[in-house]
Amino acid sequence: MKRRLDRQTVAMRVAKEFQDGDVVNLGIGIPTLASNFIPEGRQVIFHTENGALGFGSIAPEGEEDIDLINAGGQFVTRLPGICFFHHADSFAMIRGGHIDITVLGGLQVSEKGDLANWMSPERGVGNIGGAMDLAVGAKKVIVAMDHTARDSQPKIVRECSYPLTAKCCVDLIVSDLAVIEVIPRGLVLKEIAPGWTVDEVQALTEPQLLLAEDLKEMDL
Amino acid sequence: MQKEKVYPGFAEAVADIPDGATVMIDGFGGAGGMPEHLLLALRDHGAKELTIIGNTAGLGGTFGTKPAVHYVDPSILVENGQVKKAIASYPFSPSPSRPTIFEKKCLAGEAELELVPQGTLAERIRAGGAGIEGFYTPTGVGTVIEKGKEKRVIGGKECPLELPLRADYAIIRAHKADRMGNLVFRGTSRSFNAIMATAARVTIVEVDEIVEPGQLDPEAVVTPSIYVDRIVKRPEAGG
Repeated sequence: MKRRLDRQTVAMRVAKEFQDGDVVNLGIGIPTLASNFIPEGRQVIFHTENGALGFGSIAPEGEEDIDLINAGGQFVTRLPGICFFHHADSFAMIRGGHIDITVLGGLQVSEKGDLANWMSPERGVGNIGGAMDLAVGAKKVIVAMDHTARDSQPKIVRECSYPLTAKCCVDLIVSDLAVIEVIPRGLVLKEIAPGWTVDEVQALTEPQLLLAEDLKEMDL
Repeated sequence: MQKEKVYPGFAEAVADIPDGATVMIDGFGGAGGMPEHLLLALRDHGAKELTIIGNTAGLGGTFGTKPAVHYVDPSILVENGQVKKAIASYPFSPSPSRPTIFEKKCLAGEAELELVPQGTLAERIRAGGAGIEGFYTPTGVGTVIEKGKEKRVIGGKECPLELPLRADYAIIRAHKADRMGNLVFRGTSRSFNAIMATAARVTIVEVDEIVEPGQLDPEAVVTPSIYVDRIVKRPEAGG
C-alpha cells in the first residue's frame, strides 16, 4: 500500500498557507500541530476562542499555567504583546471577520465547500464548540483531514451526509494525499502527495476533480 | 452603606439557590476559571432540577493534555442527579471511549440538552446581560441549529434569530475582587466568567484574593462591581 502523508507533514503543508502577520485560529487535532511549522521569516498571531491573542508555543514541562490554555486545553506560553478578553469579545473577532485563517478538522467536505465536522452519526452525539462560528466568520477556512475515512470511504463528497457545520465555507482542503481548492465551479486539485497519481487521488474522491493548470507534487 | 457582598463561606453563598433554578457556571474546559468551591457547595446544598448554562456540562477530566490537573467541574452536579437540563456548546467528551457523565445521562434520556454554537452561546449570554432581546447571526444557518428559528436575510446573508440567555444565579471565578465587587481575572480564565456576571439575577464569585476598594487599578477592572452580588475567598493553595 502506498504511503500517505503523516499528520505532522499535513500540518507542515497547512502552515505554508500562513502569511506574515496573519491572525490564525487552529482547531483541535492536525490543525493544532500546524503551529510547529510556521515558515521562517513569517510572524503569525494565534487567536484562541477562550480569549487570548498572541500566545506562543506549548508550555515546557514545569511551566504549565492553568490560566493559560488554548482551545484544545493545551498549556501554552505568553509572547510579548499577548492580550486577553472574554468569550463574547473573542467571538466578535471571529464572527466580525477579524480572523484571517482558521484551520479546522473535517469529517466530510462537499464539492460546494460545505463542511461537516462536529458529529459522526455512529456516535450519535457531538460537540459544536466554536466550529460553526469559525466556519462562517473567518476570512479563509482551511480543512486539514485524512482524505478518506477509516473504512476507506471518501470524505470529500458530492453532498455531506453528516450533520453540517456550515454551508459553502471551505476554501482549501489539505489532506494526506492532496491540496484541493474550492471554487464556485467545484474542486480544483492543486497538489498531490509524492508518489500518487491524479487517477489514484480521483478514485478516493467522490466528486470529479478539476485539474489546476499548475498541478504539481506537494513541496514538503 | 453598601450591602456587604463578602460572604464568610461557600455554603452560605449558595444556600438560597432553589430547586429548579437556572445557573450559569463558568469554566471553558480546564481547571482555570472553574468555580470549584462554589460547585462543591452547590452539590452539598443539593438543589435539584437545575438548568445549567455553560461551555460544557462537565468534562470530568476528559479534556486537555498532560499534565492532567485534577479539578472539580459541573460533572459533580450531574453525577449527584441535580441537573435537569444543560445549555452548552461542548457537553460531550472529546474521546468517544471515555464518555462524560452528562453524555451517559443524556443518551439515557435522564438529562436534556440544548446544544448551542460557542459564539452564539457567548453572545446570547452577553445579550441577556445587556437587555438585548434577540440578534441575528449567520452562525448555524443550514445546520440543525436553525431548526425552528425565525430567519432573515440581512446584507445578503441568511441569519437565524437567537434569543438572550439569563439565569437566576451565576457562579463564577475571578482572580481578585475588591469588597465592592470589582473583578480582575487571570489569562484565559476570563472566558465566560465576565459575561455570565452580567446575565444573572444573583452573581456569586469565588476569588483568590479580596482587597479593599482602591486597591484594584480601575483601568484594569474587567467586571464592574454593579454585576457582582456575593464574593467568597478561596482557601489558600492546598487548602
